[in-house]
Amino acid sequence: MASYRTPLGRARGLGAAKHGVGAWIAERVTAVALVPLVLWAVFAGLRLAATDYYGAVEWLTSSMVNPVLMGLFIIVGFMHMHAGLRVVIEDYIEKHLTRAGLLLLNLFACSLIGALAVFSILKVALGGAY
Amino acid sequence: MVQLALPKNSRVQKGKHHAAPAGATKVKTFKIYRYDPEGTENPRWDTYDVDLEACGPMVLDVLIHIKNDIDPTLAFRRSCREGVCGSCAMNIGGRNTLACTHGHAEVPGKDCQISPLPHMPVIKDLIPDMSMFYAQYASIEPWLHTTTPEPQTEWRQSPEDREKLDGLYECILCACCSTSCPSYWWNGDKYLGPAALLHAYRWLIDSRDEATGDRLDELEDPFKLYRCHTIMNCAQVCPKGLNPAKAIGEIKKMLVDRVV
Repeated sequence: MASYRTPLGRARGLGAAKHGVGAWIAERVTAVALVPLVLWAVFAGLRLAATDYYGAVEWLTSSMVNPVLMGLFIIVGFMHMHAGLRVVIEDYIEKHLTRAGLLLLNLFACSLIGALAVFSILKVALGGAY
Repeated sequence: MVQLALPKNSRVQKGKHHAAPAGATKVKTFKIYRYDPEGTENPRWDTYDVDLEACGPMVLDVLIHIKNDIDPTLAFRRSCREGVCGSCAMNIGGRNTLACTHGHAEVPGKDCQISPLPHMPVIKDLIPDMSMFYAQYASIEPWLHTTTPEPQTEWRQSPEDREKLDGLYECILCACCSTSCPSYWWNGDKYLGPAALLHAYRWLIDSRDEATGDRLDELEDPFKLYRCHTIMNCAQVCPKGLNPAKAIGEIKKMLVDRVV
């Protein structure tokens, strides 16, 4: 069916959503936060690679610094991953239902995996791993 | 999903070949996209062996020579032939530019491929349908918005404030930038594109305009503005040497200034 809608009507569409700057700032803030966190995570990964299971548990339970930074790395990392994947989906997926479905899947998957990781860190750090 | 292959009826086929006239000494081959949506045939690549001695130095000269002396069925837009009107924007040698200011010697290689601006509906041959592009420009309301009663004479502006419009007002709306932008290709129905956004910034930064906040409201949108990922194709192809990506960056900064 031919559309007789004028080009201006189509260009204006449903109007501006009047949000977006928050997401844009969040992308950048998480990116900046990840610079020191990733450096720390690489250092931590190298240290953990050199030790065994009990060494790793000891490393997580010996002080508050390691589990807290590990948790922050996971949370900020998954927030950043969620924001990045959302942009990819919005860019490339045209069909509205597929787009909405994948955006939901992205949110749920990132939340679930992130929550599992944070819970695992807490479990070990609070002494339930032995 | 983004379509990576063209549908069957849009695949470009091999077209006619027009050989150079006998005795031509300096010959270059021009491979030109031909399509008539009102016909039943697929688009095709026609090739023209052009005697460069018979025409001027610019790609537009070659096209006019082809239309006048080789094949009058070729359709393209042109007007001012000096880079002021923006009518002859097309993809030359894989790069959006103006046919009138682009020399055929500037195109590397033996052949020169010419096609319409990418990802636009084709009206015929090298003529794209620009109605959506112009409507997007109109949607940013490219004129002065004021509430203060109009002064007896003109709205005054300091030379310093006037200077802020340099690098913006020169845009001729040829659409080289917008049609070179992948974000505009994939979401051109919702993303305004670099040309319209450059003009939006031209009015945002105008010291005489009183609707800056309303203009920002109308731009703050995940699609209208934030599809720009600083790919920079726009700045690279602009035949007027402007930088739409920078203008878009400045709009994003203004939106941050509102909340931080």
